Amino acid sequence: MSKFKKKKGGDLPAISTASLPDIVFMLLFFFMVATVMRETSLKVENNLPAADQVEKLDKKNPISYIYAGKPSSNYKSFGSEARIQLNDKFADVRDVQAYIAAERAALREELVPFLTVALKVDSETNMGLVSDIKQELRKANALKINYTTRKGDALAGLK
Amino acid sequence: MAKRSAPEVNAGSMADIAFLLLIFFLVTTTIELDSGLNRKLPPIEETEPPIIKEKNIFQLQVNSGNQLFLKTGGDERIVELKDLRQAAIDFLDNGGGQGPDACARCQGKKNPNSSDNFDKAIISLQSNRATKYDTYIAVQNEIIAAYNFLRNREFKREYPNAGIDFIEADKRYNDPRTSDSEKEKLKEKLEKIQLLIPQKFSEAEPKTSNN
Repeated sequence: MSKFKKKKGGDLPAISTASLPDIVFMLLFFFMVATVMRETSLKVENNLPAADQVEKLDKKNPISYIYAGKPSSNYKSFGSEARIQLNDKFADVRDVQAYIAAERAALREELVPFLTVALKVDSETNMGLVSDIKQELRKANALKINYTTRKGDALAGLK
Repeated sequence: MAKRSAPEVNAGSMADIAFLLLIFFLVTTTIELDSGLNRKLPPIEETEPPIIKEKNIFQLQVNSGNQLFLKTGGDERIVELKDLRQAAIDFLDNGGGQGPDACARCQGKKNPNSSDNFDKAIISLQSNRATKYDTYIAVQNEIIAAYNFLRNREFKREYPNAGIDFIEADKRYNDPRTSDSEKEKLKEKLEKIQLLIPQKFSEAEPKTSNN
């Protein structure tokens, strides 16, 4: 019943973009699955030292993170001495035990013995602070630790 | 009149929405690649430390200037970080024990002033409060490397048909794709080597003095 005939032009038909969302969704799902939201924003410098005998940190077990390092450029008012960061706040060595207790309380009971504490410590930090943390962890009986490092030659950056 | 088909929904903006989400996730993504050196801290106990022969201890001290001082087998010297791995391997692999302490697998020099066997050998590390963390990690790394070297060697010797070494076996054991039956076999092998070459590594509390 159409009265109007289509013009038979020589134009190329427009490429259908209907499948574009599918492609984008595919990418989207990939990133959604691969994403780990950053839970904490770093307030300390965090240049991890390098090591080559590393093991992957087992994601099956619960992990708590302890950051340490000099306050980063935005937080210079906290001084230039290396500090500990727990969750989103600067903390003192005394707070470590409470932090571990809180982390444990948030876990299912059967997972508590598997809690690993990952120490993300800036390579410029002095061992004094690190061993204070370790001493607190021993007191809190959190004995599984992991010195988080970059993968690389451990000796390259030194001296 | 012909039946009118439902008007097609314009899906052109769907891509925009999806892109928006995509960009959001792209920005917030940090693909975690955490890896590091796994260690176990000693529990706080009030037990008497066991008496250990001096020759079985590989005493390492790191001072505030990040220098390494090594005391072992009646020998005291400053070592470079790059020589530490070999020194630790030599110490662990020495096999100077006699009689019941004899080490059948050690391939070292059998120096009577150095360690008896894998089981007796202890590496002790003392750092200074002013030691830099990266030096400390490098030392830890080298010591783990020495243990891994020996474990690899003994794994290959014990299981020449496996075609893998200790590290490889450990990786495969931790891989979720490995079947349960294979895991069982690997676990047995790994535990045997771990028992054969235990990581006896002790850390003393750091010194506060300025030496």
